[in-house]
Amino acid sequence: MATYIIRRLIWAAVMLTIVSIITFAIFFLVPRLAGATPESLATRYVGRTATAEQVKIAAEKLGFNDPLVVQYGRFAKGIVAGADYDYGPGVEHCPAPCFGYSFLTRLPVWPDLLDRLPVTMSLAIGAAILWVLAGVATGVVSALRRGSFFDRAAMTIALGGVSLPIFFTGMVSLVIFSYGLGITAPGGSFTPFLDDPAAWAYSLILPWITLAFLYAAGYARLTRAGMLETMSEDYIRTARAKGLTERTVVLKHGLRAALTPILTIFGLDVGLLLGGAVLTESTYSLPGMGKYAIDAITNQDLPKVMGVVLFAAFFVVVANLIVDLLYAVVDPRVRLA
Amino acid sequence: MTFLELKDLRIHFPTDDGLVKSVDGLSFSLERGKTLGIVGESGSGKSVTSLGILGLHKGGRARISGEIWLDGEELVSASAEHVRTLRGKKMAMIFQDPLSAMHPFYTVGAQIIEAYRIHHKVSKSVARKHAIEMLDRVGIPQPDRRVDSYPHEFSGGMRQRAMIAMALSCDPELLIADEPTTALDVTVQAQILDLMRDLQRDFNAALIIITHDLGVVAELSDDILVMYAGKAIEYGTSEDIFERPEHPYTWGLLGSMPRLDRERTERLMPIKGTPPSLINVPQGCAFHPRCTYGDRTGGKSTTEVPTLLESEGGHLVRCHLSGDVRRSIWENEIKPNLEAP
Ligand SMILES: Nc1ncnc2c1ncn2[C@@H]1O[C@H](COP(=O)(O)OP(=O)(O)O)[C@@H](O)[C@H]1O
Ligand code: SF4
Ligand SMILES: [Mg+2]
Repeated sequence: MATYIIRRLIWAAVMLTIVSIITFAIFFLVPRLAGATPESLATRYVGRTATAEQVKIAAEKLGFNDPLVVQYGRFAKGIVAGADYDYGPGVEHCPAPCFGYSFLTRLPVWPDLLDRLPVTMSLAIGAAILWVLAGVATGVVSALRRGSFFDRAAMTIALGGVSLPIFFTGMVSLVIFSYGLGITAPGGSFTPFLDDPAAWAYSLILPWITLAFLYAAGYARLTRAGMLETMSEDYIRTARAKGLTERTVVLKHGLRAALTPILTIFGLDVGLLLGGAVLTESTYSLPGMGKYAIDAITNQDLPKVMGVVLFAAFFVVVANLIVDLLYAVVDPRVRLA
Repeated sequence: MTFLELKDLRIHFPTDDGLVKSVDGLSFSLERGKTLGIVGESGSGKSVTSLGILGLHKGGRARISGEIWLDGEELVSASAEHVRTLRGKKMAMIFQDPLSAMHPFYTVGAQIIEAYRIHHKVSKSVARKHAIEMLDRVGIPQPDRRVDSYPHEFSGGMRQRAMIAMALSCDPELLIADEPTTALDVTVQAQILDLMRDLQRDFNAALIIITHDLGVVAELSDDILVMYAGKAIEYGTSEDIFERPEHPYTWGLLGSMPRLDRERTERLMPIKGTPPSLINVPQGCAFHPRCTYGDRTGGKSTTEVPTLLESEGGHLVRCHLSGDVRRSIWENEIKPNLEAP
């Protein structure tokens, strides 16, 4: 078990390093291959009004003339240990984890990200709880009553759920519930949980449901398929032969086994969402990481984009790690591996 | 009063391809402390019969008729919930492949404890002590340690022992073992059979051993029922079946028994062909397409379904050949061949 954990941890570290290399390559290597010079890169940092001489000095000081490996080393060191930026006018210390400064606001990216995180986390975790409960429950009932009216209705709705894009369901829900009936918050508002839990829930209930619906549909189909498979396993017959009630057979023996693959997908889905529920956040104008990413891309604010990409990758890798560890807890056969 | 008695049990499954007559008019009886062997090739309805006795087809799409009397109670007409309370306690089952029959995510101990606590209102620690005792009883070394192992950490033979411990944990009066040794190595097979014989004596349970291999039941069974296409085709004492078998199918099974005294597991006279589909059972005697004696019945084998009739001293046979002819074929044509070195 200990070696398993250590191996997973090392793997997570390797993944993060690879992601950072790829991110670095996309933002620094690709522009250079596309013809960018150290000077044209430095322009973004000192502003368009700077003289050619100022730009040249900045490019030198920012290290754009150094070999790429050295540049990557500096970039990685910034994230781990912080960095000092020297634009020419003065040196600024950017504490770890340093993703650099926004081109537009000149503010460091990291506090921005921390600011956006609660919004995305509230959205993702709230929706995740909803969809996992609704999706798994629907899937179990569908599997047990296969071919029934409930099953067919649920699976039809689920098919709709996975194929309808969120900006569509989001818009429709806003029009009906917020602007029409006025029972939910219109887009754009977010109250932190600690300020006012009721207002927090009120501002998120619609995005939660919309997002959860999309995912619940997939989870229902997945759970149904998994349950149909496990309920025909030999050990289910054994459980029945012991004289267990059908309820215990289904929940303790059937669902327990069927949940394992769902756990994996759940971890990845939540990890991906924590990096920014891009569509949901822009549909409801929630100031989360996804919205931040969209704005950064629109403004071509390179450090912001890079920060958000790395942050999102971090969540995916960590979610992967947690899933792997949980897997070993859930399925004893994994512990041997 | 007979402890277990089946009367004309039928279990049919409606499917898209037609009605599968998995069990089609099966009758037998069994007393406490006695062992019945049910033998037949794969697909003859043995497992469906045993699951039927446990009431595990109830609530499904199976059509069940006939009677199952267990200790004075009729189970076919009993409610599913009532039969559930008998399962595990009054009657228990051991399955073929203990690896797939045990839940991979729970320890062996947890699964035995669960089986015990369904029927006994005791604390977990009491049930755990009982589980360790049971594991000890079935010959698992260091039971207090192994109780916390997972099924995949056991060897095949140990797993089957654990499965037996689980089935016996509530001291059932009827134990059904469905191919209990089929998934095991030959040497382990013998150990498991020995264990079952010892335990049956201790527990004084009625035991049904189901197998496709007559060799497995040879030493254990008091009675043997040979099944073909959902029906009993020969039913008698162990001596009847081994010393004076009268059905051509039984002769075939005897001929295809792997024998330890022969080169490797050379089979003498395997039965030609394959068992019939239970949707389209052949006209007349279900065995006739594979039978070499059908032409000696004046055409009846292909047109008339034979009935299970008493031959001598309670020995039942389902064949159109007359008893004299069958006995003469056995004495003159089959037995000498089987005994040939
Ligand atoms: N639930 C079911 N639905 C339809 N057919 C079944 C079902 N269970 C068993 N059968 C059929 O019944 C026949 C007898 O099966 P079984 O009792 O498992 O044979 P065996 O003698 O090998 O144990 C087989 O042809 C099998 O396909
Ligand atoms: S009835 Fe005919 S076909 Fe069937 S076993 Fe007897 S001889 Fe063979
Ligand atoms: Mg079987």
